[in-house]
Amino acid sequence: MTTTSSTLPLPASFALDRRIQRPLVILLALAAPLVALAMGKSWVRVLDFALLYVLLAIGLNLVVGFAGLLDLGYIAFYAVGAYTWAFLASPHFGIHLPFWIVLPLGAAFAALAGIALGFPTLRLRGDYLAIVTLGFGEIIRIFMNNLNQPINITNGPQGIDSIDPLTIAGLDLSRDLDLFGFQISSLLLYYYAFLACVVFAIILVRRLQISRIGRAWAAIRDDELAAKAIGIDTRMMKLLAFALGATFGGVSGGLFAAFQGFVSPESFSLMESIVVLTMIVLGGMGNLAGVVVGAIMLTALPELLRHFAVPMQMALFGKTLLDPEVLRMLLLSLAMIVMMLVRPAGLLPARTRYAHRDRRNA
Amino acid sequence: METFLQQTLNGLVSGSIYALVALGYTMVYGILGLINFAHGDLLMVGALVALQTVTLLNAAVPGLHPVILLLAGVAVAVPVCMAVGYLIERIGYRRLRNAPRLAPLITAIGVSFLLQTLAMIIWGREFHVFPQLVSTTPMEPMAGVVVSPLQIFTIVVAFALMGGLMLLVNKSRLGRAMRATAENHRVAGLMGINANGVIAATFIIGSGLAALAGVLFASNYAIAHYAMGFTPGLKAFTAAVLGGIGNLPGAMVGGLVLGLVESFGAGYIEHLTFGFLNSSYQDIFAFVILGAVLIFRPSGLLGERVADRA
Repeated sequence: MTTTSSTLPLPASFALDRRIQRPLVILLALAAPLVALAMGKSWVRVLDFALLYVLLAIGLNLVVGFAGLLDLGYIAFYAVGAYTWAFLASPHFGIHLPFWIVLPLGAAFAALAGIALGFPTLRLRGDYLAIVTLGFGEIIRIFMNNLNQPINITNGPQGIDSIDPLTIAGLDLSRDLDLFGFQISSLLLYYYAFLACVVFAIILVRRLQISRIGRAWAAIRDDELAAKAIGIDTRMMKLLAFALGATFGGVSGGLFAAFQGFVSPESFSLMESIVVLTMIVLGGMGNLAGVVVGAIMLTALPELLRHFAVPMQMALFGKTLLDPEVLRMLLLSLAMIVMMLVRPAGLLPARTRYAHRDRRNA
Repeated sequence: METFLQQTLNGLVSGSIYALVALGYTMVYGILGLINFAHGDLLMVGALVALQTVTLLNAAVPGLHPVILLLAGVAVAVPVCMAVGYLIERIGYRRLRNAPRLAPLITAIGVSFLLQTLAMIIWGREFHVFPQLVSTTPMEPMAGVVVSPLQIFTIVVAFALMGGLMLLVNKSRLGRAMRATAENHRVAGLMGINANGVIAATFIIGSGLAALAGVLFASNYAIAHYAMGFTPGLKAFTAAVLGGIGNLPGAMVGGLVLGLVESFGAGYIEHLTFGFLNSSYQDIFAFVILGAVLIFRPSGLLGERVADRA
């Protein structure tokens, strides 16, 4: 039940006591946007997106890391959540429902999509599953791109804009809040709202991991035949993993639509699925702390590249040889290959193979 | 009727290209039980290397006959792809042969994106026009069907290559070694077969076929692009599964069937859905077929293996 980073082979001075570690992480999470704000608003924006990706990565980790099912179309659930919000809270159809209806609906639709995808594919081996899910992601994207005629549903490649922002109890998060003369940036408001979601997700998933369900997933991941033999309903459990993973994607997608105010099929390409997968591969499949670290690292990466790699190339060669986007793809693909060859468990490996041991150690 | 024949021809052309790529997937799967995600991107490498060669050669020696240009392009593209395929196996997959099953898959996805990124760095993001080295001017219509020399060329080359591969696998010493390794590579090793060598040879042959398929694909669509390998790669995989993965004739049949279904589907989808869906949904057919085959007949049309081998 505690953060697992203490297993890293770090020098003794870095191996903090767990009692210090937890408050430190909390403090860091709370203070990070304030530090970022001092560096410029764009960095707070990066943090906001990082939290959305953390949510996505936690969801995908349920499917890939816990249950061992490689899902390459995960971004489709993100898309379902985002488009649900866009349909039900924007001038596109003229519907403006509040978030506490739209967000659960988006999550439910995503879960249904997850079940719809899981149901026919559960008999498949890992590698087939990967390709079928990839195909599913592409189908969703093709539909988003083309369902603007004969009836305009998704507005095609142009996407849907002027989407309603997140409004909690009358507080519109897209406007700066004026609190006793202090201006609180909208980006900060979103940050803390997203942080609340992430914290809730982490608590939920931690509980889930040590529950009967989590242990069943681990058993299926390690040896499906054996899991079946000891009486685990593997079909049900895998479906559950798909549905729950998709729910996280749906919630994250809804928040994304509200935050961005705009959705288009471009945001839901295969590349995005791969990015989220790389996050959990890099951080450590099956380990929440690793997944969170991986997600934050990879969201910050393009921004860091823009700030540092471009000036560095200008200084060295007098021009930009590799633009940040290409450099990012290069690093992502190399990260995937090198991690698998050298450190397949990720930067912060899952501490134990079996969750019940966590309970004893805690 | 004319539309029907025309769609059949178009389907055969794209189907024979899918079949060539599908053979690469199925050979590797048959031997290693691994889906080589990067295989589609080898098609892209082949097309772009051939394009580069043709462009350079044409600039150096203007006025060469198009057939010589084409042969030169192929002569460079095939060895380059073979080398890339070999390196992927040697550096990436070989060390992961006994790793947990997700590891080689994730590596393969990484390799696929690495190839695309490298191609993007070398050739840029833009679409390149692939020269028409074999004439695309339609010949005299036969029974109302418009056929170009390029289409005939594509079908003939693809079938010749498939025939050659069948001979290689069924008649040659290497082919026998490949079949034995596919059966059980440990036992094959005991029989004096160099399993690593055979596996490398399989990757090399598959990559060569992918390079040729790439040249044919780029010639037919007159375009080359760093991400062009993704869709045909996915469709070829579908073709391999449709035919029964691991089964060589299956990959050929699967490729042709998929090409035909797509061609007819694109031609008739508007009628079938009362104008709701149009031909921009063409790419969906492959996925729908893939899903349907995996659910109803996971062993494919000609396969014996069952997909959910645990």
